[in-house]
This record gives sequence, structure tokens and C-alpha cells, in this order.
Amino acid sequence: MTVTDTASTTPQASGRPVLEASGVTMRFGGLLAVNDVNLTVREGEIVGLIGPNGAGKTTFFNCLTGLYKPTSGVVRFAGTPRKPESAKRQVREADDAVAVQPLAPLTPLPPKPRAVVRAGMARTFQNIRLFANMTALENVMVGRYSRTSSGALTSVLRGPKFRKEEAATRARAQELLDFVGLGKSAEHLARNMPYGDQRRLEIARALATDPKLILLDEPTAGMNPLETKQASDLIFKIRDSGLSVVVIEHDMRFIFNLCDRVLCLVRGEALIEGTPAEVQSDPRVIEAYIGTGEDDDEDEDERPQDVADEEAP
Amino acid sequence: MSEVQTSTPAEPEAAAQPPVKPIAWPLGLLGAVLVIVGSFLSWSYDGSILNDLSINLYPGGLQILAIIGALLALVLLLAERGPLTTLGSWLDATLGLRALGLGLTLYMVLVIVAITMESDGLINVNPGAYVTLVGAVLILVSSRMLPLRQLRDLSQAKLPGWVEILAISVMMAAILFGAAYALGLTDAWSFILCLLFIGTVILALFRTGVMTWFGHVAQRHKKVLTLAAFVVAFFFPFTQRGSDANMSIACQVLIFAATAMGLNIVVGLAGLLDLGYIAFLGSGAYVAAMLSESAFSTIDWHPPFLVVMLVGAGVAATLGLIIGSPTLRVSGDYLAIVTLGFGEIFRLAMFNLDGINGPLLTNGPNGIPGIPDLEIGSFNFGDEHTVAGLELGRFSNYYFLLLLLIAFVILVFARLNDSRIGRGWVAIREDEKAAEAMGVNVFGLKVLAFAIGAFLAGLAGTIKAHQDVAVSPDQYIFLESAFLLAAVVLGGMGTIAGVLLGATILKLLPEKLRFFSEYRLLLFGLLLVLMMRFRPEGLVASRRRQLEFHEEDEDLAIAVEEERLIVEEGK
Repeated sequence: MTVTDTASTTPQASGRPVLEASGVTMRFGGLLAVNDVNLTVREGEIVGLIGPNGAGKTTFFNCLTGLYKPTSGVVRFAGTPRKPESAKRQVREADDAVAVQPLAPLTPLPPKPRAVVRAGMARTFQNIRLFANMTALENVMVGRYSRTSSGALTSVLRGPKFRKEEAATRARAQELLDFVGLGKSAEHLARNMPYGDQRRLEIARALATDPKLILLDEPTAGMNPLETKQASDLIFKIRDSGLSVVVIEHDMRFIFNLCDRVLCLVRGEALIEGTPAEVQSDPRVIEAYIGTGEDDDEDEDERPQDVADEEAP
Repeated sequence: MSEVQTSTPAEPEAAAQPPVKPIAWPLGLLGAVLVIVGSFLSWSYDGSILNDLSINLYPGGLQILAIIGALLALVLLLAERGPLTTLGSWLDATLGLRALGLGLTLYMVLVIVAITMESDGLINVNPGAYVTLVGAVLILVSSRMLPLRQLRDLSQAKLPGWVEILAISVMMAAILFGAAYALGLTDAWSFILCLLFIGTVILALFRTGVMTWFGHVAQRHKKVLTLAAFVVAFFFPFTQRGSDANMSIACQVLIFAATAMGLNIVVGLAGLLDLGYIAFLGSGAYVAAMLSESAFSTIDWHPPFLVVMLVGAGVAATLGLIIGSPTLRVSGDYLAIVTLGFGEIFRLAMFNLDGINGPLLTNGPNGIPGIPDLEIGSFNFGDEHTVAGLELGRFSNYYFLLLLLIAFVILVFARLNDSRIGRGWVAIREDEKAAEAMGVNVFGLKVLAFAIGAFLAGLAGTIKAHQDVAVSPDQYIFLESAFLLAAVVLGGMGTIAGVLLGATILKLLPEKLRFFSEYRLLLFGLLLVLMMRFRPEGLVASRRRQLEFHEEDEDLAIAVEEERLIVEEGK
């Protein structure tokens, strides 16, 4: 209730928050991978997450999606792990290509991937993790798993409910493939598809879980300019259908064109958060990426060795 | 026809490569004729061995096999050049001839060895056998000289629907008669020779491409094929003329196959390694024994058999849940060790529940003997029945019941495989982390596979107890689990036909080749090692499994995809 109230009193352009991560910290033994990072994602917003390699972006994603249990901090999400709906309701929903439920108040998410998916947050992976020996359609159908309910007994008996649900799953999967532009490749094996198509297939699979928020881990890594353009069009299309998006990316032009807000992580800590323009012009961001002479000054411990390495020749 | 003859499709291209020897074709013809003539002559001086091969112009069983082989070779030769060239443009006759020639030569050599061994000396081999051997060698030599040819794509070969269904019927009838004939052979040499012959014919069929075509036909008429397979299985008891010897083996094969199918869900679909699976069969059997009317049964409650089946399967499934829920959180190797331990615990528990070391449930090492035959309604499974003048003994009754059971198990397997659950299992096998991140209930699905597998094994166990008349702990040793797993792996994980084939091979051969039993384990070990090296996906490969085993093989992936697209177009 309170959340709804505050949202209505502060009518921001991007709407009410979908995800609110506060003080997320992840420690692996002595390594502090993510340190006290806060992130709020609002409805219909595209948020970029940037930072040099090893900054803890993917770790942060893993904390959000429950693959890791954060050492401390809370991830709150506008939705609770829902039970799968009846087949009838799915058919009705399928009218829109990407269906979005009305927002619920923020509640803490349990750190379990399955619960996170059911609550309405889906992700893709940095190194593509498709089910390589399944077809594109089957991949997306697996994504429907958490939104369907037929169990062992129904599967063996094959009643009308099972057939209806199976048909709905298939239709929805095909629809999502059309949405990402892979409608004609439905029967192709995932492992045979071109790299760019695999990336898009992974997005379709994530969309199949009916998310409110989708996390994309480097969706354009290794793509040529044309494919990158297509990817950003797709992300806009997803946003326009009512979803919120968080993107990890290295391609600065891509991210500054795409995002409403950008969060820059360096060595596990949030360096700056703001509009693309603010982040782009911040000297610390440039420094973190490109590195300057000052960079060496910052790490007093490493300096002698660094200097020795660089000045030896 | 003459038009076709003059324009044998791809001969010019093939002829360009190796020089065609004009002598090859007549040589093959001569070989086939020699095999036939030789087979009508006497092979052995001693008429008491190998079902009598000693009479001129009255061929015995093994001689008739040789004649069939020669006739096949003749057909292939005529397809190469002659009135059957239309057929020859589709089939790879040369490769088929090579397989046949090699097989027949091996067959004849073995026949001569067999006669020599059985009747003490090479002297007992009559000229007919040598004539046939020479014929077989001639076929082999001529096939080596014949050119290989470019062939048309067999997936394009479409005949009218009734011809294809007829082909399925003929194939099934051949399987029925082949099985009945092979099982009817009582002496080991005849059986081995018959196996060699069947193997040769199957290899030749594969090489010529008939099997590829048959595969396409089977794709198009799946239901007919399934129905035909069950009809053949149904008619098998009628070929046994009331003899229970083979039916007893057939029943054991069916129980073994049904259990292996259950294990196939766990191993083949969910990808979990279970080395103690026999315990679930055992728990079903023990429950049935304890609840039976046997004088030694320990529980004084004798419900109807349907209830017993459900209780037995339920107990097995519960055991599966108990053993599964703590261990399925650990990965592959640990699971194998835990299940292996569970299998042993089960056996020892049955050993110790004898009233002295624990409560009296199983009579310990003595087991529960004297389990009466099943009686469902007024139908007693111990009675003999006569249907259409053919006698059906006790084991035939069980055979029909087991056939129903295996149909049920196959149904469960096939339907689970093609459902949301099945897709979840594949996803888990492919990439467990990604599956979890996509909302697949990884742990739940693994436990489910375990429980369903256990349930089906329990069902089979309840019937097994009645059919075997007694249960005792030493029936459920680790070796049995290992054999079940071997049947699944050998046949082809995740397939129905493969596992049935694997189970049949692993259960039937030891029964028929008793003299070989000392080397049985050695042979199976060797067989498995060879399989893992050369064909890890099993005899009958599930397409998906084949892809999983050959991650690097791009051509295979593309071939599989094309196959899929053709099937989709067909729909």
C-alpha cells in the first residue's frame, strides 16, 4: 500500500518501481565481488549496467536472479512467485505478443532462481546458454514451463486440459519467435542457428516466462553493427510492450542510445548512476574504462609492480 | 522395362572410377547357383547333429537358411544388371552383396567348424558343404569387383500407402517367424549359426538401404508399425505349440524389458544414473509375495491382485522418494554411489527381516516360496487353455499379462517424453543451470523421474513374484541392476525400440547360450567397452542423444535438422 502511495505522489516519467535492490553485497571468501549496490528499476524503463571487465556486473545479475544468495542486502520485486494460471487464462493473455500483469506491491524475493522467474524476472546469459540440441520452438516452450501446470498424470492421460495447454504453449512459443523475428526458424536446432539468432532466441526464451522485468547480459557481444542495431530495436520493442529492461553492455554507443538510466560499476561498487549524458561525461567513468596515469596512483600497493612492468622495456 | 535397362542411371559415373571387370557379374551368378546346389547336397556325414544335414535333396534348416541367403544375393545381382534394374537404381546392391557374401562365407566356415567339432573330425564334412562354401566365396569375390554406384535419395521413394503397410506387415511377419524359428533351435551351434545368418541379412538390408527406406516408411506409418509390433508379440505364444520352455524365457525377457523401460525414464529421459534399480523391482515382488496366499506369506491380508499391484508399486515409489529426495541434490557420480548402496541395503534388509534380526517379513534368506498362480476374476493363470486348437500353457498366460504391462510402461514413457515434463527433462540434461533460470523445477522433475521409474518397476515386480512362484534376496543382486543399465545403454538411452532390443539381447542370449555362461560377464564387458568407443548412443539411437554424444559433429546436426524439416513438411 505504502509503495503505491509514494509512487502516486512522485509521478516520475518512468512510473512505479518494479525492482528495488538495496545494499546488495556478494562476498566470495576474501573477494568482495559486489559491494553495497543499490538499483531501482521503474516500470517501462531501460537501465544500463556498465563497468570494466570484472566489475561484478554479472555477479550482481546472479544475485538479482537468485543464482547466488547475496551475502547481505535485499532484493524487492513488484510481484510474488505466482502459481501457474489455468490454460484458459493463458489463451486470453496470448492476444498481446508480450503480456504484462498489473504491478503488485514490492515484496522481498527469495534467492531461488525458480521463485524469481515465477515472480516475473527473467534473464539471458553472457555466454549463450541455450538448450543446444532442442529446436528453437522447444527452447521457447521450455521457457513456458513455470507458467504451465500439467503434471505427470495429466501428461499420461492426455485429457482435453493437457491438449489445450500444450496447444497454447506451442502457439505462444511460435508467437514469441515471431516477435523476435525467428518465426521461420522454429524447427531449426538451436546449435545450428547463427550467433545473432541464438542471442535473439535466448531473449524469446526469457520472454516466454511472462516477465515484468528482463535482464540481458551482454546481448550484443560479438555482433556486427547491423546486428547490434537490430538488437537495440528489439529491446525498444520489448520496452514498448510494457516490460522493464536491464542491460549489461560494453558497447558504449549502444548503451547510451538505448538506456534511460545507466549505472556504472567499478570493482564491485556503484561509481555513478544517472542519465546516459551524465554518465558519459563523468571523468571517473572514462578513467575506469580507459585508464589514465592517475589510475596507477589510486592503487598504491600495485604501483611499484605496474611501473616496473611498464617501464622495464 | 527395356527402356530402363538401357539407361541404368548412374553407371557411367561409377564406371569412370574403377575399371569394370566384365567377369564379376557372371561370377556372382555362378556363386549364388553353387550355394543353392550345394545346399541341396549333403553337408555332413553324421545325421544326428545340427538337425540332420546329411540327406541329399532334402535340405535341413541350416541349409534352407543358406538357400535363402543365395536367393537374396540373386535378387541383388539381378538388381545390378537384369530385369530388376529399376530396383537397382534405388538400392545399393553392391554394398548389400558384399555384406551377404562376407556373411555367407563366415556362415559356411562356421558350419564346417561346427560339423567338425560335433562329430569329431573334418572327415565328416560332405562335399555339399564345400560346394556351398565355394559359392559363398565366389559371391564375396564378385561383389568386391562390382562397381559402387550413385544412388537416388531414399527419402524421395514414395510408394502407394498400401505397399508401405504391406512392407511393414512383411517385416513384422519375418520377425515373428525368425524369432519363433531361432527360439525353436535347441542346440547351441544351430542357434549361433542362425544368429549369424539373421545378422548377415539385417546387415545386408541396412547396406542396401532397404532399412533406410523402411525407416522413412515407419515415420509415415507410426501407428501401423506400433500396432503391428504388438500383434506380432501377441501371436508369438501361438507359434510355440503349447511348449512352455520358450515361453518361460519370453516372460523373463518381458519382465526384464518392462523394468529396463522404467529405468529408461530415469537414465534416458532425466539423465540420472541409477545403479540400484533392481531394488524397486524387488520391493514390488516382495510386497506381492507378502500379500499373497502363500503358506509362507507374512502378512495376513490378501487383497485382490489389482490392489496388490498398486500397493507394490506404491511401496516402490515411496522407497524411490525416500532415497531420491536427499540424494538428488547431489550430482551424477554421487547419485550413482548412493543408489548402488541403496540396492545393497535393500538386499541385506530382505535378508535380515527374518524374525530374528528384525521383524518377520521376508523369512530372510529362505525367501517366500509357494506363491500361488494369479487369479483375476475366474481366470487362473496356472491353467492351460486351448484357443483355436492351439494350446497355451501357464507361461503364455503370464506372457499376455506382461504384454499389457509393457504396453502400459511404453505408453507412460512415450507420453511423458512428449510433454511439458519431458521437455523439462531434456532441458535439465542439456544445461541444468539454464533450465533452473528458466523456471524449470529441476529438483522436482528429478524426484518425479525417480518415483515414476520406481513405480513402474514395482508394478513389474508384483507380476514377477507370481510368475517366479518364489522370491528370495539373491534374485536382487547388484549384477541385475548392472544388466538393466547395460540393456538401456546398449540399446539406446531414451528410445523405446532400442531398450526393448537391448533387453531382449541381454536376457535371451544367456538363456540360449548356457554353455557360454562362464564367459558371459567377460563378453558383456567387452561389448560395452566397444559400444562406448564406437557407438556411445546405443544400437538404436535417439536423435537427440546422438547429438548430445557428438557435440562436435556439425554434419550430423544438419542432417538431423533436415530430417526434422522433412517430417514437419509431411504433416
